[in-house]
Amino acid sequence: MSKQLFIQDSVIIRNGKVIVNGKIIHETDADQKLSSFLKSIYKKQNFKYPKFFKMDSLSKLGYLASEILFKNKEPESKTALVFSNAASSLDTDKAYAETMNDFPSPSVFVYTLPNIMLGEISIRFQLRSENIFLINEEFDPGYYIDYSKVLFEEGKASKIVCGWVDLHNSDYDVFLCQISPGEGYDFNEEELKKLYLPTHE
Amino acid sequence: MKGVAITGMGIISSIGRDLEETSDSLKSGRSGIDKPNIFQTKHSNILVGEISFSNSELENNLDLEMNHTFSRATMLGAYAIKQLLVNTGLKDIPSETGIISGTSVGGIDMTERYFHDYPENTENRRFIRAQHPGFSTEMIAEYFGLKGFVSTISTACSSSANAIMMGARMIESGKLKRVIVGGSDCLTKFTLNGFHSLMILSENNCRPFDQDRDGLNLGEAAAYILLEADDCIGDRKVLGRVTGYGNANDAFHQTASSENGEGAYLAISKALKKAGIKSRDIDYINAHGTGTKNNDLSESFAFQRAFGDEIPPFSSTKAYTGHTLGAAGAVEAIFSLISLQEQKVFPNLNFKSGMKETGLFPVTKPTKMKISNILSNSFGFGGNCTSLIFQKDE
Amino acid sequence: MSDLHTELKKSIIEQLNLEDMEVNEIENDEPLFGDGLGLDSIDALELIVLMEKDYGIKLSDPQQGKEVFNSINTMADFIEKNRTR
Repeated sequence: MSKQLFIQDSVIIRNGKVIVNGKIIHETDADQKLSSFLKSIYKKQNFKYPKFFKMDSLSKLGYLASEILFKNKEPESKTALVFSNAASSLDTDKAYAETMNDFPSPSVFVYTLPNIMLGEISIRFQLRSENIFLINEEFDPGYYIDYSKVLFEEGKASKIVCGWVDLHNSDYDVFLCQISPGEGYDFNEEELKKLYLPTHE
Repeated sequence: MKGVAITGMGIISSIGRDLEETSDSLKSGRSGIDKPNIFQTKHSNILVGEISFSNSELENNLDLEMNHTFSRATMLGAYAIKQLLVNTGLKDIPSETGIISGTSVGGIDMTERYFHDYPENTENRRFIRAQHPGFSTEMIAEYFGLKGFVSTISTACSSSANAIMMGARMIESGKLKRVIVGGSDCLTKFTLNGFHSLMILSENNCRPFDQDRDGLNLGEAAAYILLEADDCIGDRKVLGRVTGYGNANDAFHQTASSENGEGAYLAISKALKKAGIKSRDIDYINAHGTGTKNNDLSESFAFQRAFGDEIPPFSSTKAYTGHTLGAAGAVEAIFSLISLQEQKVFPNLNFKSGMKETGLFPVTKPTKMKISNILSNSFGFGGNCTSLIFQKDE
Repeated sequence: MSDLHTELKKSIIEQLNLEDMEVNEIENDEPLFGDGLGLDSIDALELIVLMEKDYGIKLSDPQQGKEVFNSINTMADFIEKNRTR
């Protein structure tokens, strides 16, 4: 009963740009500090979610990308999250380790796991669905495809957001896409690679 | 519903360096919680579940080369898988065997140890890479010559439970024939200070589900099980089967569990549905039961919602091992498999009086009973709740 | 308003990342948790760190924090009585 799956919308946040379905919707100087860049997206998109300011940068990236992907609409309740990255929560781990010499900061410590980002997205959109966070050396479409297909076959998801949200020494790389039966690009390795790294960029 | 066969297990924790020691400790109620001996910390009065092997003993046991890049969690992981292979009689594990490992700290211990040396000591810089959680799994795969599917899961304290769930799915969908699943985490200053800053570490032996519980004890462990498709089992004994699994997000708070245990309740319900059994078919629950005010109350409410007036016998085994974070799900999976084998459940140590909110009483001594289905819970920060169901092979 | 009150408001805004909030927007008797400023349990832990770091006061019981962190007024009173720096 394997239904055919397709890729619908996708969001990229990379090099000072926010790109939705191949169109740039927000652009700043690529050298801008990450925190100011993230804040500029939040302001420009007119998001109203004060918790944003309390998140670490990794969660901010994941939150902003999913808010843009869902276009401010509530996603279906059976939207599963299948995310991965390479650097885990390294930047926040470092920030927390610095506070350890003095007064360890509880509000920094709580972000020292990459899946806290999935918690933040789930809280924002009240998603009580499946989520998993994998650590891979690089963006690897195979993992998303294998796992997403199983989730659909089991009926555990009606939609899936596949996400690559990586942050290492202020270098950020975000790619989110929405998968479901219906229409769109074929959900295979080649299409995922093309959408992740558009050649015309 | 037959489920996925489990044909091997290997474990090391503060209550045992192998299966036999582990099983003896469980039966005799011997806890592994004590003051740290090997782990260096200024909080030397804080009780932990420490493994009594130093890093150099582990290096010798694993026959590692002088300039290896194994962190402590990686060594513990390799040690547990070595045990698994011995127990299973699979000395030469086929190279296409997959491995899915869960961890929360990765190689942070080595960064703590060598960070200040890095500028001068070029030799120790090899450990910079070892901090990466994915690197740890790659190292383990390489050590055992595994060249197939390799994956690392990082969903906090449900990491290795999710590794088991993912492995079972890969076997069911035919993507893999054989996969080693589990997790490994070691004690680090990072986690100890962090949990201390969250004020959820107990100064005493933890008392899960007790009215006067005052926090958790941290522990270290590595535990892995072997999952196999039925047509590859050969003459290996089936120790139990993964018949149910469920994962849900609590969508409540970064670290705290919701008051009504929504995520836990959903995970339990999904696992029951997947296993195709009713709540009354569960004979025993190995609870997440960390010993914090928040978790144990939330989990108790989830029990009441999922099981109504007929909550099966349950216990948390965290007072034996401490909370072993990313490894906890796999550790407790193995405890559940031992329970299935021995038809005996292990006690919730240190329990005196029930919580006034629920009045639930866990099992407090080793108890012989007929067990077909065990539910094992693992809940992680980030709201990640996972329930697994292990069934006796009939 | 005392200097301590203002100082506390400044540190709270900064330490707890209350973006876009000004000192004069926090009332002295406004509840910091729940309906008031809407702080959560992690903020409470961060305030415990702040008490130790800035005023040398060690709170070991999060329950005690609930009373102390009721409002800017209760915090300031508690600090005046117990500060060691």
